[in-house]
Amino acid sequence: MSEQSAPRLLLQAEGLKLHFGGIIAADGINLSLYDGEHLAIIGPNGAGKTTFLNICTGYLRPQGGYVRFENREITAHPPRDITRLGIARAFQIPQLFAEQTVLENMLLAASVRERHWNPLRNLHAIPERREMEELLELVGCSDVRDRVASELPEGKRKLADIAIALALKPRVLLMDEPTSGVASADKFDVMETLMNALRKAKVSSVFVEHDMEMVSRYATRVAVWAQGKIQTTGKPDVVLNDPEVIRNVIGG
Amino acid sequence: MSKEFLTAIPDGAAGTTADGSLPVRQERRGNVLMNKEFLAFIAVAALLAAVPFTFGSSITFIAMCLAKGLAVLGILILLRAGQVSFGHAMYFAIGAYAAAFLSSAFRGIDMMVLVAAAILASGVAGAIVGVFVTRYRGIFFGMINLAFSMVFYSILEKAFHITGGSDGMRIRRPTLLGMELRRAEFDVAIYYVILVFALLSVWLVWRYLRSPMGEALRAVKSNETRLEYVGLSAKSVLLGGYIASAVLCGLGGVFMGMVQGLATPEHAFWTRSSELVFIAVLGGPAHVAGAFGGTVLFEAVRTYAAALLDDSWQLILGVTLILIILWAPGGMVELFRRFTGRNRVKTVTSGEAGR
Repeated sequence: MSEQSAPRLLLQAEGLKLHFGGIIAADGINLSLYDGEHLAIIGPNGAGKTTFLNICTGYLRPQGGYVRFENREITAHPPRDITRLGIARAFQIPQLFAEQTVLENMLLAASVRERHWNPLRNLHAIPERREMEELLELVGCSDVRDRVASELPEGKRKLADIAIALALKPRVLLMDEPTSGVASADKFDVMETLMNALRKAKVSSVFVEHDMEMVSRYATRVAVWAQGKIQTTGKPDVVLNDPEVIRNVIGG
Repeated sequence: MSKEFLTAIPDGAAGTTADGSLPVRQERRGNVLMNKEFLAFIAVAALLAAVPFTFGSSITFIAMCLAKGLAVLGILILLRAGQVSFGHAMYFAIGAYAAAFLSSAFRGIDMMVLVAAAILASGVAGAIVGVFVTRYRGIFFGMINLAFSMVFYSILEKAFHITGGSDGMRIRRPTLLGMELRRAEFDVAIYYVILVFALLSVWLVWRYLRSPMGEALRAVKSNETRLEYVGLSAKSVLLGGYIASAVLCGLGGVFMGMVQGLATPEHAFWTRSSELVFIAVLGGPAHVAGAFGGTVLFEAVRTYAAALLDDSWQLILGVTLILIILWAPGGMVELFRRFTGRNRVKTVTSGEAGR
């Protein structure tokens, strides 16, 4: 922050603490996300990666510490308020409106974003419809556009979940294992498309990821989680070659 | 911002020509569907409008069906959100009692004033109670509504110096737009007023359920987490639907009260609430027409089966409901669609779009 040319600070977590009984999910997490960054979170299962996302989006209230977004305190605010401020979330297990079509899922998100609450206007008649169709094309979901969300194969559900988050035009997108569930042959294509979309839309991101290949290719910075703490952070090529990280996280 | 989003499409992300033709085809399909439904709506409206000239003796029966159908329409809105209320007869009673109090306080009061009062009273009550009950879902939602309605029922029964106790209150025949009407004229006049309000409500609810707010109701049923994470409070979505459903029940109540000339605590009793739910399930929650179709069937069975088989009309209705739940869980709406060969719309479009 002291540097003159430093990019703008978007999301800042300071001293986050959270224990579930004897399990330490967050033990003094300090992390900052700057504009234009794509931060990968890696670490073994149960290290508290998803907990961090849950705290950032207000789903969990930390027992200590705070979260700030664009210099505004958002600790334990309702998820809907945090979402409206510009932090969108994609889930490890896709969260879709199961009864509606993929397009309707998107249109609903766009309606909330633009506050279309006229009870006489058809959901399909909102002006953002074209934009949403194009967004679905962008993430490769236009082939399932008119299918009911509950009928989709897992890979498409995942993409649709991310598309809904993007439909909100967020400043920051938090993704929990964005390509798990996507067929491994398509993983890189999907991530490539996704990251291109994020860059073009100037959306910064935080993503939890287990695939180190993916991390080294797409992350601008990596944070290594271990037992509710951040073990180390830095550039992917540095962090991923750190012997301790290799021993604890990568090598297993 | 959105432009940038659009230009970010990589080459060959999708077959644009194949896709370009889709929306057109789908919209046309949508229009045909809407026109058919609209024509059916007009036809039913015309038939009902002709009833006083053709089957004049049944106008009171149909008026009562329409009044009750309005309340069932309210239940239907909540079913969209996956919620069942066992206490909505309370709003029905509030509508009826609003008319009763006003007509006893002011002689020669106008029907439109009574209707407006019922809308206001049920809407305000729905908003106040709704703030509490929309925190709950499923069985708790149903039960807490039941509790509120039974408290209200007890108040109506016990406070007899104000409410007339279990005898209820008379609703004097109101004027209509300033005109004094005799009994026979009034029966026809109120029939048309109810018909107009029923048609208007059907149209409004039909539009509402297709609007973002109405579609969000379905999202309350399917995924509240995602709803929160697109920036919307599931509670306020449900509250909106709850108030709308309360107002519809209030409208049903004021009309029923004016047709019968009476408001009784019986209106608020829990069996009345479950009757509304029963009819909604019987008719089918998938379409607004289900509310009225269900009501007509229900009332017809009750009236005619009671005449034929004395006390066994409940048995007949019970068996009917069991059959419906087992073989056509979508109610009469589903049966209608099966017989007319119209599949569920969604399945048709998804099959097409998948190619």
